[in-house]
Amino acid sequence: MTTAIAPHPTRHYLNADYGWKSWLLTTDHKRIAILYLVSVTLMFFIGGAYAVLIRLHLVEPTGSLVSRDTFNKLFTGHGVLMIFFFMIPAIPSVLGNFLIPLMIGAKDVAFPRLNLFSWYIYVAGAVLVLYALFLGGLDTGWTFYTPYSTVFAQTNVVLAALGIFVTGFSSILTGLNFIVTIHTLRAPGLTWSRLPLFIWAHYATAIIQVLGTPVVAITILLVALERLFHFGFFDPNRGGDPVLFQHLFWFYSHPAVYIMILPGMGVVSELVTCFSRKRVFGYGFIAGSSLAIAGISFLVWAHHMFVSGMSVYAAMIFSALSFLVAIPSAIKVFNWTATLYRGSISWQTPMLYAFGFIGLFTVGGLTGLFLACLGLDVHVTDTYFIVAHFHYIMVGSTVMAYLGGLHFWWPKITGKLYPEWWARVSAVIIYIGFNLTFLPQFVLGYLGMPRRYFSYPPEFQVLNVMSSAGASILGAGYLIPMVYLAWSMRYGKSAAANPWPATGLEWQAASPPPTANFPRTPVVHEEAYDYPRLLAEREETHV
Amino acid sequence: MSEAASGRLAHHFADLGQQREAASLGMWVFLLTEVLFFGGFFTAYVVYRGLHPEAFAAGSRHLSWSIGFANTLVLIASSFTMALAVWAAAAGKRRAIVFHLALTILLGTAFLGVKAFEYHGKIAPCFGDGPYAECLLPGERFDAAALHLEGDRGREAQIFFSLYFGLTGLHAFHMIVGLPLLAFIAWNAARGRYTPEWHTPVELAGLYWHFVDIVWIFLFPLLYLIGRH
Repeated sequence: MTTAIAPHPTRHYLNADYGWKSWLLTTDHKRIAILYLVSVTLMFFIGGAYAVLIRLHLVEPTGSLVSRDTFNKLFTGHGVLMIFFFMIPAIPSVLGNFLIPLMIGAKDVAFPRLNLFSWYIYVAGAVLVLYALFLGGLDTGWTFYTPYSTVFAQTNVVLAALGIFVTGFSSILTGLNFIVTIHTLRAPGLTWSRLPLFIWAHYATAIIQVLGTPVVAITILLVALERLFHFGFFDPNRGGDPVLFQHLFWFYSHPAVYIMILPGMGVVSELVTCFSRKRVFGYGFIAGSSLAIAGISFLVWAHHMFVSGMSVYAAMIFSALSFLVAIPSAIKVFNWTATLYRGSISWQTPMLYAFGFIGLFTVGGLTGLFLACLGLDVHVTDTYFIVAHFHYIMVGSTVMAYLGGLHFWWPKITGKLYPEWWARVSAVIIYIGFNLTFLPQFVLGYLGMPRRYFSYPPEFQVLNVMSSAGASILGAGYLIPMVYLAWSMRYGKSAAANPWPATGLEWQAASPPPTANFPRTPVVHEEAYDYPRLLAEREETHV
Repeated sequence: MSEAASGRLAHHFADLGQQREAASLGMWVFLLTEVLFFGGFFTAYVVYRGLHPEAFAAGSRHLSWSIGFANTLVLIASSFTMALAVWAAAAGKRRAIVFHLALTILLGTAFLGVKAFEYHGKIAPCFGDGPYAECLLPGERFDAAALHLEGDRGREAQIFFSLYFGLTGLHAFHMIVGLPLLAFIAWNAARGRYTPEWHTPVELAGLYWHFVDIVWIFLFPLLYLIGRH
């Protein structure tokens, strides 16, 4: 272990240079992470505004707020923005970009200019999609199902498709950068079995990004070609098969769910271990289960298509394979629980989010098993049950992990401490608001309320009002961290290099780190998560 | 520190060996994404070939195998000159790098020229006032009679030509991206930027070029040859 570093460096990556050029032309992975932080937060709140309108509209059964067509555009805009521009990039591009080089003791990612280029591609895609929304939006749903999207839709499909196509390359190049960085830039002594679990999770994520995203890119390109040049890839009139679109689309878009959740699992592994003050339980199993999830993710896509017209034998195989995902997912949950067992647990904000993640992920994961059952899936397909299920995974799990990670590494990123009381309160508000929003939707879906409908029978109103009330609490919960995190950048107390304290090379760098991260390349001699030793060392210095 | 002083070693790498390893792994991962990118398209081809064998056979018969074959030879020759350029870089023969890259660019341009000629024959009849005989662009004006097809088979042939234009177009796009890249490498080689110790960019450009060639090696039989007889 290297010796302590001055806690408040005068020169660090934030004040190394000033002016907009120093940000927009930077190749420093930490500054690029900040660029992503600003952009994904913006997209999150625009996507959130769409959700507010959807929930407001559904307070009344007849839906008096917006027209039918507008409602279709609202859920499409919400889905496109949240999935492609927030959920997929959020944790890898912000926390991954900032932390991967620090955690492996490197000066930067392998390809710093490519990293900046990825951000510009992301912004270009976002601008295209926002422009499409500004022109009136599109009404295909985020899934772009053919032949509606290719032949019938009269809205800005091509522009939005182009935006998603472009942004996809941002995801591919980020994944490529991470794979190469993790392979080639690990500090001396940092063997694969000593890597933090955050790194393993991002490695698995990067594999999916690199293998899956090109397929959705080509699929979206085919849709655009069909709209622009009347090519007939998915046109049933010319012998094209719309179901082929669904196969190609879900070949990426199911693994994409794991692009969203795996980095969150990596964050939670760090949080649970740090705030239990123990070695992580089952290191190898948690690391391996990330790779297992990445592998299995490519074999389950057709469970989105049990009602789309598919051979019953194919459906049975995809059903069985979908159940397999539960195994590595459960391995993670059990190992986190075992890590908690007899740990000295402290209830700081990141840990509250980690607990939120584990509970909500368990609900989201187990309801996923309902959907893998062929019979039950037919009953709940395209109902609010599905909506509730994937929001438990995406919002309940991924956003919880993102916020937990953001709080945990906030002192490292900004060099400032956030106000703990406000942070705890908002974590609880988010948890309550989230469950009030989405638990009623499980019931609604099971009772038969279809998703994406503009109106509903009056007997569903109570549950819908509950959901909308929850959404307003959730919205308020998301705004509070925005305010106090921004406040803390200026007025927060200065953070020490290792405030929690936690293991991991990133905590050996100063807070905030200098541009080159470490004064000299660190050398690693021990396993990750050696908390007993870290605490013993701290004990000695205090005595 | 001579490596750093010469400007070849980026600040975040320990040495040129590490930098070379990273660049080459990055290129291979990129080519992997390309395989998946084309893979989605090839999947569509395989599915539709299985669904509509007659229309696809008629489409293949209509393409000129001799032009396709000649173009295949041109492209394989360009791969050969590319390989010679990489060999020249490893051997430190600056003028040979530039010469072989120039040949590669020439052959690549020839390929694209032939491709444009082929496209022109199929697209040109689609414009003007009609009667659009021999128009093979998918859409209203598609002339199925030119393929001796009618009814459903004739409409299905539009899928064959959608795939033909889509796949060969995407392949041609990769070549169009590759040519300026090769020119840039050649310009750097002429300025003496590459040595036997550091010529990774030449190697990586070679990998890309060979990949694009291999895609064509699959496209040629799939589009021009299978089911002709």
